[in-house]
Amino acid sequence: MSLLAEMNQKALNLGLPISVHLDITYRCNERCVHCYLDHDDHGEMTTAEITGVLEQLAEAGVFFLSLSGGEVLMRRDFFEIVERARQLLFNVKVKTNGVMIHEKEAARLRRLGVEQIQISVYSHRMEVHDAITKLPGSLKRTIRAIRFLKSKGLKVTIANVLMAGNFSDQPGVIALARELGVAYTLDPTITPKMDGDTSTVALRIPGSDLKQVFNNQELVGNVEEFCAPPPAPDEDIMDGFPCSAGHTACYISPYGDVFPCVQFPLPSGNVRRQKFLDIWRNSAQLKEVRSIRARNLPTCSTCAHVGTCTRCPGLAYMEGNMRGPSTADCEKSFQRTGIPSANMLARTRVGSAGPLIQIQTLANSSPITLFKMRRVNCE
Amino acid sequence: MTAERYIARSSAIAARMLGGEMMVMSAADSTFFTLNEVASTIWQAADGRTPLSEIVAGKVCEEFDVDREQAQRGADRFVDELSQHGILLVSDQPLMETGETDSLPSSESR
Repeated sequence: MSLLAEMNQKALNLGLPISVHLDITYRCNERCVHCYLDHDDHGEMTTAEITGVLEQLAEAGVFFLSLSGGEVLMRRDFFEIVERARQLLFNVKVKTNGVMIHEKEAARLRRLGVEQIQISVYSHRMEVHDAITKLPGSLKRTIRAIRFLKSKGLKVTIANVLMAGNFSDQPGVIALARELGVAYTLDPTITPKMDGDTSTVALRIPGSDLKQVFNNQELVGNVEEFCAPPPAPDEDIMDGFPCSAGHTACYISPYGDVFPCVQFPLPSGNVRRQKFLDIWRNSAQLKEVRSIRARNLPTCSTCAHVGTCTRCPGLAYMEGNMRGPSTADCEKSFQRTGIPSANMLARTRVGSAGPLIQIQTLANSSPITLFKMRRVNCE
Repeated sequence: MTAERYIARSSAIAARMLGGEMMVMSAADSTFFTLNEVASTIWQAADGRTPLSEIVAGKVCEEFDVDREQAQRGADRFVDELSQHGILLVSDQPLMETGETDSLPSSESR
């Protein structure tokens, strides 16, 4: 076990939050087609409220702090927030589109000792990236920001969200990351919007593309190992929990709402009304999330993939039941190994409407959107 | 006689106490350390003004059942290792508190 994994385990044993994702705004200068947020300001926390929350998080033992949005630089007090976070000795990661980062901002982030900057890049081609962000010139500005950040010695990671419309550009983004000398990470997860609107799900890449990702040695390392059939579950697996959400990590919105994770919109308290530690220790919702073990999952506990599936309880919650399957993850397990999940088999047996690959049954947005994306991709 | 050493925590680190152990990560090279109770005591006393020998005598030997010479040797090794990663700043003169990452001394002065 690595030292970091040991610390995570220790935090888990002690019931401490080691990581917090804090969105400081939902406002954004881009309008990405897949975004799950609305970009109006419904009453963001003030600077004083945010710095107060940071002090509470430090006191609670939080070490890893992700500052994200929206676009973080839409807040005029962004650097004030980062400065306070660093004074409190958080390991700070900033997620941004980079559009507003010039040499001066890059130098300041470096001086403040920010650990890592994650920047979204959807394609190496302007016509594809800018069509996704709906901000003309955004790729050019984002790449310029990456160069500034690199030149100041900051660690930068390009986050490549994969959708049907930009999937084929993924090798180009990897090449761009290499050319810029930065890390690359991809994410094929497209979530419904926080208000429950599932239209964005139609943008997900189809299963056949997922399979291609999972069989790419450059991305997954040892393909044979990565795509191996799941081992038989043992007691440890059945007593395990799905992820760190609510156990050692949580999410705080710009309005002070606390959730188990950014992808798990189960309201669990609000730091404007309650101390963070009160919420962390006493929230009925967080307690419920923590109580769930693999053996308590009605369908997934019977699934061959129970020990290896990346089942997201937040996505399951958005599908109606936090103890239910997350069909996007059923699809990933299936495409990775070729073995259908228990959920897929059950649905096939009862002859429910919809194909075996359930990711497609969720798609309910206009096909025109999809065609638009694909057309852009072919230009 | 060995020259006196003064130590200060760099501001270019992240740190948090977790169940009696201090987690420390260097922003410069992402090296991650955990410090046991003795090392944490030295870390917390590293104010740039108190000589290391005084920290060893006044804190480490007072709080833990350890021989002075043995504690000093251990403290020297600990300081050497953390200073190599820019986590602790070391000088033969008292150090001012550091502000931002750019104020890290060069490797020659560590």
